[in-house]
This record gives sequence, C-alpha cells and structure tokens, in this order.
Amino acid sequence: MRSPSLWVGAILAGLLGLTVIAAPRLAPYDPDEQLDPAAASYRPPGTELAAIHLTTGTWRLADRVERTPGGLRIERLGRTEELAADQVLNLTADGVADRRFYLVGSDKFGRDLWSRMLRGGQISLTIGLLAALVALVAGIAVGAAAALGGPWVDGFLMRSVDALLAIPSMLLFIAIAALFRPGTAGLVLLLAGGAWMTISRLLRAEILSLKERDFILAARALGLHPFTIFRRHLLPNALTPVLTQTMLLIGQIILVESSLSFLGMGVQPPTATWGNLVADGRESISYAWWIATFPGAAISLAVIAFNLLGDGLRDVLDPRTR
Amino acid sequence: MGLPPALTGGPRGDPSVAGFLLRRLTASFLLLFAVATGVFFLVHAAPGDPTDVFEGQRINREQRETLRHLYGLDRPLGEQYLRWLAALAQGELGLSLAQQRPVATILAEAFPATLLLATGAIAVEFGIALLLGIAAARRPGGYADQTIRLGSLVFVSQPPFWIALMLVLLFAHLWPVLPASHMRSVDADLLSPAGRAWDLLRHLLLPSLALGLYNAGSTLRFVRGSVIEVMGTDYIRAARARGLSERRVLWVHGLRNALTPLIQLFALSFPQLLNGALLTEIIFAWPGLGRATFAAVLSRDYPLILGLTLFSAFVVILGNLLADLLQAAADPRVRRHA
Repeated sequence: MRSPSLWVGAILAGLLGLTVIAAPRLAPYDPDEQLDPAAASYRPPGTELAAIHLTTGTWRLADRVERTPGGLRIERLGRTEELAADQVLNLTADGVADRRFYLVGSDKFGRDLWSRMLRGGQISLTIGLLAALVALVAGIAVGAAAALGGPWVDGFLMRSVDALLAIPSMLLFIAIAALFRPGTAGLVLLLAGGAWMTISRLLRAEILSLKERDFILAARALGLHPFTIFRRHLLPNALTPVLTQTMLLIGQIILVESSLSFLGMGVQPPTATWGNLVADGRESISYAWWIATFPGAAISLAVIAFNLLGDGLRDVLDPRTR
Repeated sequence: MGLPPALTGGPRGDPSVAGFLLRRLTASFLLLFAVATGVFFLVHAAPGDPTDVFEGQRINREQRETLRHLYGLDRPLGEQYLRWLAALAQGELGLSLAQQRPVATILAEAFPATLLLATGAIAVEFGIALLLGIAAARRPGGYADQTIRLGSLVFVSQPPFWIALMLVLLFAHLWPVLPASHMRSVDADLLSPAGRAWDLLRHLLLPSLALGLYNAGSTLRFVRGSVIEVMGTDYIRAARARGLSERRVLWVHGLRNALTPLIQLFALSFPQLLNGALLTEIIFAWPGLGRATFAAVLSRDYPLILGLTLFSAFVVILGNLLADLLQAAADPRVRRHA
C-alpha cells in the first residue's frame, strides 16, 4: 500500500470498466425506449411508474393504478382514467405486471437516464481508450524518430510539435469536427491527433538522456543494429514515464471527447454519450437538474479514476516526484 | 505534463539578451507562419465550402457560382493561399462571409470580453492556487496537504462545461443570486455608471468562477511542488539555522524564490485559458472569441475561422515568448546555455 491513490484509482477504473462492459445487462431498460413520452418526461430520480400494456400495442405509464372489478383505474397526467380489463394485456390481481423505475430520473422523451448513462459510458470510455492507444503508438513513433533520426528530423518533428501545441487545441478540434464531420473512427483519430505530442516529447527526452548511458554505448560498441537497441534497450527503459503520462492522457481525452459531444460535435445524437447527455440537460437545467448532473458526475468520476491511477503510478515508479 | 520549454532552458550559445530576443522572435514568427499555412489548407481541405450554408434556401446553382466567384473560392487553391498570404502581410484579415464585416472588427469586438473573462478567471485561479498551495506545502504529507491534494485532483478532473452548468444550477436557479448568462442585463443602459459596473461584475462572477476553478487544480499543484522544493534547499536551512521564525523563512525567503516560476506558468497557461474560455463563453453566452469561433465554425466562415485561429495562436505564442523572456531576465543561465 505504498500509494493509496494507485489502489483507489485502479479499483475505481476497474469498477467503471466492469460496469461499462456489463452495461447491457445492468441497464434496466432499452436506452432508446420511449413508452409514453407525455407521461414519463422529466421525472425526477426515484420515480416509479406503473406500465400498462394496452391491446393496441402501445403503453401507458401511470403514477398510480388501482384494480377495479371492471378493469383498472389509472392516474396519469393528473387525470383519472378507467380502462376495461380487456384493453389491458398485462393485468394482474392487484394492478399491472410491469413498471418503470427511474433511478436517476428520465429525460424529455421519458427515456431512462440510468440506462442511457450506461450506454453513453460504453461509447465515451471506448472512444477515450482507443484514442489514448492510438496517441501512445503515434507518440512513441514520432518521439523515437526525433531522438534517433538525426538533427534535421529532430528539428522538423519537434518544431511541428511546437506548432501543434501553439494552437489552442479546443479551437482546432471544434473546427475539424465541424468542417469534416468525422464518424466514430474519425473522432478517435482526431482525439489522438491532439494528444500524441506530450508523449513524443517525453519519450524523446528520455531516449536522449539514455543514449549517452554506458549500457547503450556498450550495446552500440557491440555492433547491435540501431533498431534492436531501440526495441531491446531504449524503449523498455523509457516506457515508465510514458505509460504514466498515458494514464493521465486517458482522462484528458475523455474530457475533450465529452466537451466535443457537449457542443454537438462528437458522436451524434440520438446515440447517447456522456457529453451528449449533459448537453441534453443544459436546456432543462432550471426544471430538470438531474439530466445534466448525473452524466457529468460520471465523466468526472471516470477522469478522477484515471488521474488517480496516473498519479499513483508515478508515485510508485518514480520516487523523485514525491 | 512535461516541463514547458521555458522552464527547462533556452537555446545555446549567444549570451546576450538582444541575440536571444532575436532568435526567439524569428522562431515565433516562423511558428505563426506555419500555423497559418497549416490551418489554411486544413480548412480548405474540408468537404464542401461556405456556400453550403445556403443549402435549402432559395438559391440556385447560378447564384451559388456567382457567390463562389465573389468569395474567390473558384480559383486554384494555391492562388487563394497566396492571395490570402499577401493580404495578411498587409495586415488584412479579410471579410467575414457570414457577417459581411471585416474580420479585424469582429476580433476587436470580441477580444475585450474574452480578456475580461480571462482576467476574472486568472484572479480566481491564482487566488485559490496560492492560498491552498502554500497551505498544503507547509507540512507535506500532513492532513491538510493530503486533503488539498485530493481536492485539486478532483478539480482537474471536472469537465469544464459541467462545472459551469453546476454553478448555474446552484447560483442562478436553486439559489438565484446571480445571472446565468450574457455580459449585461437588458436594462443596463438605463443604469448609472456605477450600476453598470456592478451589473457587469455580477455577470462576470459565474463565468470567471467556472473557468478559474477548472484551471486552479493544476496551478495549485505547481505552487505546492515549487514551495516544497524551495523549502528543502540549503539556503532555507541556513535561514532556519540563523534562528529566523518559520513564518519569516517561508514568507520572506521561501516564497520569493518559489513563486518566480509562477510568472512563467501564467504566461504559459494562455492556451488552456483560451480552451476553457471557448466552452465557458458558449455556456454563458459571453460575447468573446470563443463564442465567435463557435459561430464561425458552424457557418463555415473561412476568413473568420482563419482570423480567429491565427489570433489565438498569436496570443499563445506571445505567451510563450513572454515566458522565455521573463525566464531569461530572471535567470542569466538560461541566456548562456541550456
């Protein structure tokens, strides 16, 4: 237990991962299901409604149902209605067999926010992890090329990195997302495209300092192929800070992805992502606070998990920073 | 986050400030040129063009071609680039297609609002960072330190737009004491000058808080690290050995040295500030550069997108340059060698 943040981060990230992998089983309802939008829209967390399946194939959601001799008396949208027994498919001795329980409330169309958050988490986290992976590979490639490719290659690559870092990334993301309208794969590339620079800078610096160390000089004197030296000696020794940085990068990428989604420039609605859900809640924040609050909290929790993990890894692997 | 170049040292060779300045200016100019070129081709490589905005409106093919000709979009890309560059060299940023006004005018209108927001945000950011950063550094590993560190981690992990929405929820709806959007009230013109300033301040508070809180976490960590590092140095030990009070050691000897790098951190935080301002301005309908960017991108307003990008890059590069110069002024070693 040298680093509690490492453990807390790992447990949090693990739980999030499991939740998201198991999302289809954990989600109580279909995230796109709209049974009775009029009666179910903007219901606060903890609302329970009775779901009445009519013979016409449609559903009614009611605040209260009461079994009467002739059928059902339901309270819906502030009015009391009578339904005959032969109109209802899921009638039981004391009411109806189905219900809808909104753990964290419902949205404008009466969709279950909890189910949508689980689905959105799947999409947001998958995109974040994939983008971080692409950024890691690209960052390693560029960083290694800069450190080992001679002064011209180094100069060109590092000045390009400077130029990319000189543009406020959000501006560039928004411009590209709006002009090119990338699909999900394009979005992953875009997010990775904005994230690889720190990795390559870090790896370059690590390799440059390793290059003059005795064991690398020895490997060179032995006549090993430069690529072999890189693969067997340089990369493994330079990887520790790079992996730490990658953990922090995952959190950053999740934040950027959610920001783009929030602006309507990420994965397009009606597909749920955490950012899209917060955007949905923005317009209704004065009367339906839960829609923006819970998905935002989910983003925050995910980023906290990866930041804890990154911090903890650094504490354990690099004692200098403590 | 790796150390910014200004903190790890400058270029080699010439120790004179003038030579250093010249090299830095040349590099900055080349960088700006590279950004301009890159963004120009990026924007023009996007499918479609600005006349797409008229899609679905009553505009026929012929009118569309006329527009394209008028905007110069029918010329070869290389020629468009050279024309744009030539105009740029004369300080001409062109005409916004969507607003039919000079890009420079739009920038000049939007910049003060962003500057005001950024100032408010910096006040919040550095106020919190200094207060809590120093408090945390007094006893590293202590209870206060642990709590503050965890708090800062939680804050850097917040989506900036969500902090903004939660502030709106708390202070504009649940406890309605502050306005939720815009820079001034509808009736601001009727108020006295003092009333107008108060009105502006009230509108500024939530956006500054949203943007400042988002940035405070990383700055706080920097302050804490810097103070802890300085407090462990020999000259601090010497000051303690001379029998100075711990308070005097911290405030007189420690902070002066610990906080010098903060000036550079400030200059280097421009990109993050602009990034955050973009989202904050959109949420609070704040009439600054961020909101202008969003509108420009949605209407495919090429000249305005280019102008805004170039201006933002200019501000960021200026920040980097400033950080380098401050570092060179404060520390002659930077001028002499890496």
